[in-house]
Amino acid sequence: MSIIVGNDTKLVVSGLTGREGSFHGLRNRDYGTDLVAGVTPKKGGQDVEGVPIFDTVKEAVDEAGANTSMVFVPARFAAASINEAIDAGIETVIAITEGIPVHDMLPTYWKAKEAGVRLIGPNCPGALSPGKANVGIIPAQFFSQGSIGVVSKSGTLTYQIGNELKQAGLGNSSIVGIGGDPIVGSDFIDILELYENDPETELIVLVGEIGGDAEERAADYIAEHVTKPVVAYIAGFTAPPGKQMGHAGAIISGSSGTAEAKKKAFEAKGVQVGRSPSEAAGIAAEIIR
Amino acid sequence: MPRGEPADTVADAVAVAERIGYPCVIKAQVLIGGRGKAGGIKVAKDGDEARAHADAILGMDIVGPHGEGPFPVHKVWVEEASEIDAEYYASIILDRSAKMPLVILSRMGGMDVEAIAESDPDALVRLHVDPLLGLKHDDAASLAVDAGIDEDVVEAVAENLVKLYGAFNDFDATLIEVNPLIVTSDRRVVALDAKVTIDGAALFRHEELAAVEDPPEDPQERMAKERGLTYVKLDGNVGILGNGAGLCMSTLDVVANAGGKPANFLDAGGGSKADAIVDALEVITSDDKVDAVLFNIFGGITRCDEVAKGIIEAYSRVDMDVPLVVRLDGTNSEEGLKLLAEANLEGLHNAETMLGAAEQVVALAKGSA
Repeated sequence: MSIIVGNDTKLVVSGLTGREGSFHGLRNRDYGTDLVAGVTPKKGGQDVEGVPIFDTVKEAVDEAGANTSMVFVPARFAAASINEAIDAGIETVIAITEGIPVHDMLPTYWKAKEAGVRLIGPNCPGALSPGKANVGIIPAQFFSQGSIGVVSKSGTLTYQIGNELKQAGLGNSSIVGIGGDPIVGSDFIDILELYENDPETELIVLVGEIGGDAEERAADYIAEHVTKPVVAYIAGFTAPPGKQMGHAGAIISGSSGTAEAKKKAFEAKGVQVGRSPSEAAGIAAEIIR
Repeated sequence: MPRGEPADTVADAVAVAERIGYPCVIKAQVLIGGRGKAGGIKVAKDGDEARAHADAILGMDIVGPHGEGPFPVHKVWVEEASEIDAEYYASIILDRSAKMPLVILSRMGGMDVEAIAESDPDALVRLHVDPLLGLKHDDAASLAVDAGIDEDVVEAVAENLVKLYGAFNDFDATLIEVNPLIVTSDRRVVALDAKVTIDGAALFRHEELAAVEDPPEDPQERMAKERGLTYVKLDGNVGILGNGAGLCMSTLDVVANAGGKPANFLDAGGGSKADAIVDALEVITSDDKVDAVLFNIFGGITRCDEVAKGIIEAYSRVDMDVPLVVRLDGTNSEEGLKLLAEANLEGLHNAETMLGAAEQVVALAKGSA
């Protein structure tokens, strides 16, 4: 088992004919992901290195059996592309695109929710289940198969922690980047629930950052619903209030959303928090041994 | 009735204002409604403002709400600023947790909303709006009733809320705050002051708003913006570059834990190329306070050999008078480290781990300070 992506994933990439889309889509295929189709309007009938291109996601579902879509289209068209995937009957949508307006994401979030479609992202690195499938831009070489589930708002920070785990001889069931935007399809809580129910996952590493209260809500959720050990890391203790730190959602508003408050929320619920990525990886390694 | 007198010249208006005292309100005298909206009602806090407002209003043309007029203003009415019967608070924010817009209304306006929340939390009423349905007039009216808004203006307040919600959507706002939303002595509901935050990601469809934006005042922040870099100025002396927002924030924290003070946040992005590295190093080192610089790169999509090429290029183009600690890990790190070793750059130090790099840069910054 694994979560979000795995052996059953049949991937369609919206934007496969674009530079980024083809680079990462084909990289995902090389990893072993079952890439069944690409979608680009008016380019139906073509192919990208043997992968058939369709005009619509619906055709990719009907004719190629796609069940997972990766969205790589430019920000201003991305919400429409997610909506199209939802309408086409896709089960899991992974939106990599950064910079989608929040007013585009609001209705799209609820549309996905009402349709029962799992949406990951936007502004996320995707999901990787080592040895099974990789959908997105996560460099798979830093992760090996194992029993630690990782969920993170940040890409590179996840690679850093994954690499330290790997060097300690530990691997991952899955790695899920939920994205750094104010409105994302899946929160920590949604992914924690999946890891809790995934028999392959023995421990969960949660990587959060300043802004919003997803970490605080995750802390409450862990206390009530998660029996597996969770180790957290939070970035942004030195971030000043009112400044956007790279990610659109990484901003301390007034006095809310600070790293200190998140750390305290976790510790109050018995979740250990590492002071650095290395320390978080170290704690995880200690618990699982 | 508030005390007031008419005036038909600027000098007379100021004289009346002086007799009445400040603040006072200067109102255009025309036989049409909507003069407030047209700029025909202004509050003056002192004589200078009274003069400026009277000068602006006298002689102006006011067009009615349905296009009536124009009505030239020949006379103003100057009265004490007591025509505000009630001050309310109204705002719409993006509630990230609920994934919905949140309307907040209070009968206690005119003061800081956080102060209201603290002193009298019950005075703030809230309503989440389903973004697929929008804000309905009836729901807005119920909210106004719940807030304890004066009965006779409940409808007008509801109308204002619905309009605000429309603006919230139309302008891609993440915040619209009207404080105060006033009831005038003739029982009209008027937004006296408003604060609006627009989603930066949506500026492509609001060119008129993008033009309003001021360039950053800080020289490094301005320089970074011109080069399309994500940079935030801090007040320390350790310049920092990381690839990826999370790793970069984490780098600041690790430097602070090692006893250093970060000078900035700079996310070189997911796929940093040599040119971006040169740009970034120029921005960081243009800050005189910077005594040492740390590059913390974990290559995923970013290739460490590209970063190394950027660093070598930067050394040939930028006058590097501060030490640079480089930690390269991940994709193509061996190639990158080899390039740096061959270039043998003065003042460049390699570090193997993030923690080691932080300790090293903090020591160097202290040594040169």
